[in-house]
Amino acid sequence: MPSLKEFRNRIASVKSTQKITKAMQMVAAAKLKRAQSQAEAARPYAERMSRVIANLAAAVQGDDAPALLRGAGKDQVHLLVVMTSERGLCGGFNTQIVRAARERIDELLSAGKTVKILAVGKKGRDQLRRLHGDKIVTFIDLSGFRNIGADASNLVRSAVLDLYEQGEFDVATLFFSRFQSVISQTPTALQLIPARAPEGVTPPDLKGAIYEYEPNEAEILEALLPQYLNGQILQALLENQAGFYGAQMSAMDNATRNAGDLIRKLTLRYNRQRQANITKELIEIISGAEAL
Amino acid sequence: MADKLSFALVSPERELFNGEVDQVVVPGSEGEFGVLPNHSPVMSVIRPGALKVLSDGAERRIFVNGGFADVTPEGLTVLAEEAIDLADIDAAQIEQELKNASEDLRDANSDAKREAAQRAVARLESIRAALAR
Repeated sequence: MPSLKEFRNRIASVKSTQKITKAMQMVAAAKLKRAQSQAEAARPYAERMSRVIANLAAAVQGDDAPALLRGAGKDQVHLLVVMTSERGLCGGFNTQIVRAARERIDELLSAGKTVKILAVGKKGRDQLRRLHGDKIVTFIDLSGFRNIGADASNLVRSAVLDLYEQGEFDVATLFFSRFQSVISQTPTALQLIPARAPEGVTPPDLKGAIYEYEPNEAEILEALLPQYLNGQILQALLENQAGFYGAQMSAMDNATRNAGDLIRKLTLRYNRQRQANITKELIEIISGAEAL
Repeated sequence: MADKLSFALVSPERELFNGEVDQVVVPGSEGEFGVLPNHSPVMSVIRPGALKVLSDGAERRIFVNGGFADVTPEGLTVLAEEAIDLADIDAAQIEQELKNASEDLRDANSDAKREAAQRAVARLESIRAALAR
């Protein structure tokens, strides 16, 4: 049985851990509010952009379409853009995303495809490095950004486009977590290149009218596609950030509760031990007095 | 006018406007054009400039920094790279920022910095031009 002093020390250490997790939970809750409203504010853009792309993709087809829309005409080399957080202490948030990516990697590899990975965020890179370290071609560190915004998404987009222009891959897929609520984030895969009209989005009914393009279809697409990529990447980053804070908040909430349980158990054992000690001492005194 | 045009203005960060209006004047790359209800379908690139929203006799001017306008039978959608309500902009502050950006441009010692400064100057100049009118 540990001594009373050891019990006291352990209780004190669990208490200070609890204080830290409690503080982290509150910080995450405050940041979550902001990140969540940011992610939700960005949704209309991504949504409308998808509709416009669906529109144009229906109008421009065949060999005239730019490479970003048409693709390279093959799907041998796949690039997986895996977006995770820069920091940990967020429960299974990163593991979920990495697992989804890993499943896709295994699937592609067994189909005889080549896989390359672009890791965004330190945690995902570290987890992927163990099994697929040789496939990581680029790593983007976003820890320098205090706010995720256009700068961050530009950085990711230009990295993807550079690789594309060098002919490094044929198909790019984005892995991130879609924020649904504080306790639920769904890992999502989204095909970036070739740009594809999302399912369920249909071009509007033109009622027989003819679409006009100013200046012309090709030029619009040329300008629109990078914007489209930007929008999708930004949206993914924002969803991820909101999801991260949500996951961190619930992880820290759990940790705080666990620490509370632990403190209760330790205190009970401490008191029991203390009473046992007193009883023992009393018995010693009494039996000593009786012996006289 | 009985008919109303459903109009949405979104930038990557947020949705600035979504509702029914009478008319919108869009700064297209080939020149400004007005969009009334039941306009024929058009898709156009936008140059940086002021977008005018007319609704119930009131005019609202919003600065858009490039983007796309999409007119469908359902309405007009403007996807702007950046959008700021001109009512929220202070002319003196823009002048000051423009001066700072021009100084940055002069002091720029690398290509990347020069490019960034040039972009900032161009952006501020088009905001100023939109304000002046």
